[in-house]
Amino acid sequence: MADTVTSVPESFTFLDEVQARTPGESRLLMCIQCGTCGGSCPSGADMQHTPRHIFAMIRADMREEVLSSNTPWYCVSCYYCTVRCPQDVHITDIMYTLKRMAVESRLYDNPAAPDFSKVFINWVENYGRAFELGLMSQHMLRHNPLGVFKMADMGIGMVTKGRMAFTPKRIRGIAGLKQIIAKAKELEVVYE
Amino acid sequence: MNDKARVGVYVCHCGSNIAGTVDVADVAKWAGAHLPNVVVARDNKFMCSSLGQELIEKDIKELGLTRVVVAACSPHLHEATFRGACQRAGLNPYLFDMVSIREQVSWVTTDRAVANEKAKALISGGVHRVIHNEPLDPILVNINPNVMVVGGGIAGIQAALEIADSGSHVYLVEREPSLGGHMAQFDKTFPTLDCSACILTPKMFTAGNHKNITLLTYSEIEHVDGFIGNFTVKIRQRARKINTELCTGCGLCEEKCPKKVVDDVFEAGLGYRKAVYRPFPQAVPKYPVIDVENCTYFQRGTCKACQKFCPTGAIDFAQEDQFITVDVGNVILATGFDLFDCRRIPQYGYGRLANVFTSLEFERLSNAAGPTGGKVVLRDGVSVPQSVAIIHCAGSRDRNYNKYCSAICCMQSLKFAHLVKERTGARVYNFYIDIRTPAKAYDEFYQHIIEEGIVFVRGKVAEVTDATRLAGEDGKLIVQVEDTLVGKQRRIPVDMVVLSAGLEPRHDAKETAKKFGISCSMDGWFIERHPKLDPVATMTDGIFIAGACQGPKDIPASVAQGAAAAARVQGLISQRQITLEPVRARVDQDKCSGCRICNTMCPFNAISFLEDRQVTEINPALCQGCGTCVSACPAGAITGTHFSNEQIMAQIEGVLMLDLRQMEAVPA
Amino acid sequence: MNSLRYSYFPGCSLERNAEAYQKSALSIAAPLGLEFQEIDDWNCCGATEYISLHMTASYALIARNLAQAAKGNDTHDLVAPCSACYLNLSKCDKYLRTDADLAEKVNTALAAGGLHYKPGSIRVRHLLDVIMDDVGCPRLQTQVTRPLSGLRVAPYYGCLISRPGLRSEEHNPEYPTALDDLLMCLGAQVVDFPLKTHCCGGHMTQISEGTGFELIRRLVKGAADYQADVIVTVCPMCQLNLDAFQGAMNRYFKTAYHVPVLYFTQMMGLAFGQDAEMLGIGAELVDARPALAKIGVDLPPVAVEGVPKRKRDDKSLPMPKMPKHELGKETVVAREVKS
Repeated sequence: MADTVTSVPESFTFLDEVQARTPGESRLLMCIQCGTCGGSCPSGADMQHTPRHIFAMIRADMREEVLSSNTPWYCVSCYYCTVRCPQDVHITDIMYTLKRMAVESRLYDNPAAPDFSKVFINWVENYGRAFELGLMSQHMLRHNPLGVFKMADMGIGMVTKGRMAFTPKRIRGIAGLKQIIAKAKELEVVYE
Repeated sequence: MNDKARVGVYVCHCGSNIAGTVDVADVAKWAGAHLPNVVVARDNKFMCSSLGQELIEKDIKELGLTRVVVAACSPHLHEATFRGACQRAGLNPYLFDMVSIREQVSWVTTDRAVANEKAKALISGGVHRVIHNEPLDPILVNINPNVMVVGGGIAGIQAALEIADSGSHVYLVEREPSLGGHMAQFDKTFPTLDCSACILTPKMFTAGNHKNITLLTYSEIEHVDGFIGNFTVKIRQRARKINTELCTGCGLCEEKCPKKVVDDVFEAGLGYRKAVYRPFPQAVPKYPVIDVENCTYFQRGTCKACQKFCPTGAIDFAQEDQFITVDVGNVILATGFDLFDCRRIPQYGYGRLANVFTSLEFERLSNAAGPTGGKVVLRDGVSVPQSVAIIHCAGSRDRNYNKYCSAICCMQSLKFAHLVKERTGARVYNFYIDIRTPAKAYDEFYQHIIEEGIVFVRGKVAEVTDATRLAGEDGKLIVQVEDTLVGKQRRIPVDMVVLSAGLEPRHDAKETAKKFGISCSMDGWFIERHPKLDPVATMTDGIFIAGACQGPKDIPASVAQGAAAAARVQGLISQRQITLEPVRARVDQDKCSGCRICNTMCPFNAISFLEDRQVTEINPALCQGCGTCVSACPAGAITGTHFSNEQIMAQIEGVLMLDLRQMEAVPA
Repeated sequence: MNSLRYSYFPGCSLERNAEAYQKSALSIAAPLGLEFQEIDDWNCCGATEYISLHMTASYALIARNLAQAAKGNDTHDLVAPCSACYLNLSKCDKYLRTDADLAEKVNTALAAGGLHYKPGSIRVRHLLDVIMDDVGCPRLQTQVTRPLSGLRVAPYYGCLISRPGLRSEEHNPEYPTALDDLLMCLGAQVVDFPLKTHCCGGHMTQISEGTGFELIRRLVKGAADYQADVIVTVCPMCQLNLDAFQGAMNRYFKTAYHVPVLYFTQMMGLAFGQDAEMLGIGAELVDARPALAKIGVDLPPVAVEGVPKRKRDDKSLPMPKMPKHELGKETVVAREVKS
């Protein structure tokens, strides 16, 4: 599952590493700790640390605290922080990097969110398309079994309205897709 | 080629700055042995020292040197120094050339071999070139003692008063109907909490009545011609539609005018004025103005109430704009700033949510002569807020709007906090990223505000919204922010929000700059000659800048710059005549074919076309010797004095050491 | 009338759970002369899931679609109705254009599947932008036979069409007006919905119920507070969250909101006089029919544009002037770029 990643150069700080693993120029270095991101975040009130706080912790080399925080998993990718940041830090992209690093290092605290992504990806990698019923049932049974009962109404509603597919759809070129993905994972080399 | 030239070469160690990389003694020796016409070649620890200069002077006198080359730092720093040494020894200063082997050699490489070779090449270039130099005399220009000040705000008024007091005549041009600028709009000024109008209006009156000041209000600059000491400026005096000879300033016309419009300028859109109006009661001059676009008579042909009621018959609907032309020696631009448009930040709700105000709107609210008589109330004009949020840095320090810090907003926000507290007793929140209080008595002011119980939250506000979420939010404006010192997102309900909006250059600053032949920075502010050492001069001789038009600043700094610009101008006036560098372009009019290709290229507006003779002429006083026209001329009719083709080609050949290669194998 | 042709990327949601969006999109495309050619054998864009676990592979996954779209098609505009797909596709193209290293890796991966993508060769558009920019209000109005008067609509953009600013300088990321304009063109009464670009929460309902439902509650409450009859959306995830989860949200907070959520293409179809079933109306879990019955019913007159005459004792202070609104043209508030 994990991508091939070469070891971190000795001179790299935690900050350097996060920046290097984010595509393009993340500008994380330029954060002035103004708090616009933390203030804008729709789920900010439920995060253990606001995005700004996470960046301060990254600069302080607090690797374990950062990668075990629920912050990246509560990011809803709304990009408010990114467009409002006065220093043009690509915050949402950095959150994705932190998710990947948390999974790779196995430091994440609550498995619910990473597992959700893993199940979703599993369907895509084998069929080329998402499969909601498969995703929901696998996820709920593992992480929210009572949810099956609580959401029964909605489930029934979806079925009666014809909005629920019962079987996954497979693309024709699934073999090609698998090769593409395998190759891409091989290439996940970050440092020269 | 002047075979009779006797060249002295001096290579400076500059301590270890040059000598640490270049083998200075060896280079000097090489120059003496290999370069043409070199009579003496020395090296010295510090050529710019008095000992170093005396060395040159002595050699000129004793060895009969006719040319001098110094290889040292940049001409920027010491060309004038060594020219001075030559002049003292009786040698024309333009028979000197400076070669930079510090900025161009020892500061750009650590490779000694490469450095030595480049140093030799550059010195060779200098020697070959200087042989072709001609003696030149500086250009003398008279200084007209009259001065123009553009902009009647505090910086312009200060400059005008100082020059007028010293005895010279000032034309003070102001676009609005009255002097005063933005300072006239403020309520109290920090850090003293002086009433703004109380300290400003005495200066306004003095300026308005000064025998040495010609006030040209409600006027615009149309066109500028000329050069330092000799500017000709055409001004459009807009028609007030009031005969100022007859007007007594009684104000009856304004009282009787039935047409009310929103006052977008002085009241910042928060109040009303009439179609015939004075911007504020203490306006200087006291004459009103008719706003033709909103006047019922001009739009529909009816009313004329002002004319009916005017006791002296001063209303003159037929009055036309007047054009006047004045000659001045120097100009000071003090055109001020515009406020950042807060409608550009939709998430702050300005324009959509009634009780979000800008800083200028708040000044008018708090001003006793403002639309609410100084009562701090909500937009309904009646309700007193019980909680107020003041947001720092609206539109500043932000790559999405303006990158720079607007310098005054922190102090202004603290001032607002004080005023709100004093007038309403409301709970006041200041939302900031940093508190910037650098100048005299500023941090003490901050302490004072803390003592008043203002609530400081460190966090740049993310949103101001009326979309309620939690209990207690209904009917309020919610300020959503991360309180970074606590590390939590907060939603703070308030009644009123004040945005400390940033400062921006005037929307037409670029056009103004172009008229006067100066430049604007990337952010749009007028560019000073040197940001640290020469903040009021520009790259155009005779044009000075003062106040916020040069960059965001507070009143003390604006006054200081106004005074500084005035002092510079007074210095020029007292000299009566100044010298200009003779490094200019010159048109050989016999060769000029009148193609006019060069006409539009001059960045300094120095080139004009003589219609009667169909040839181009260059004004040597405006010309800065940049060389653009010289290279553009297809007929080769333009030469650059002190940068002739022979001189440049000689320098190139010297650097390439073409003649020397034939003499011996010089490593490449 | 010349037809406009586009490559079309429906996305996984439109296949089933958002079939109403698919049906209505194709239904309104025909009378407007829009031809949508589905990309051959497209794959899932990865939503926000794939990029959480893999970097290069997630861009390769998305790029396969761009490569498929680029080959053998004579059009180089690709339209995506789903905001998440739209964001992924356009962001992928942008990052491949600006990050040469990433582009090289992605193309090496694509080559393993016999594909190649030249960054910049496909221009990704959202369906809303195609309607507003390529068709435009005047042409839309010629198709309107049943104006949606009487209906108060809350335009809901959601986040991924609004940000992070890949649409162009002209679309305001905080306060876009393209959808507002569209609905006004159709004759509806558009509510000034302040939360129109706030996030619906994406998959948060599955990660943390409290957080997920709270994000949904804010939006539904916001629309209800502004007395909207319908929330109009441009994204199947938003529709799913606000509609399908509305009941569960109500139970969680013990509220009783009933605000139906429809796609903008469904609103267009209704205004064009098309058959409701053809537009997939009825597939929503929060029944839209009571709200839709209001179409054509007279509403109390709306305040007229312009400044009302001030009464003598009116002490209120004037509001700042806002830019004039031109129907069919997205107004951007004073975003002059200094030259």
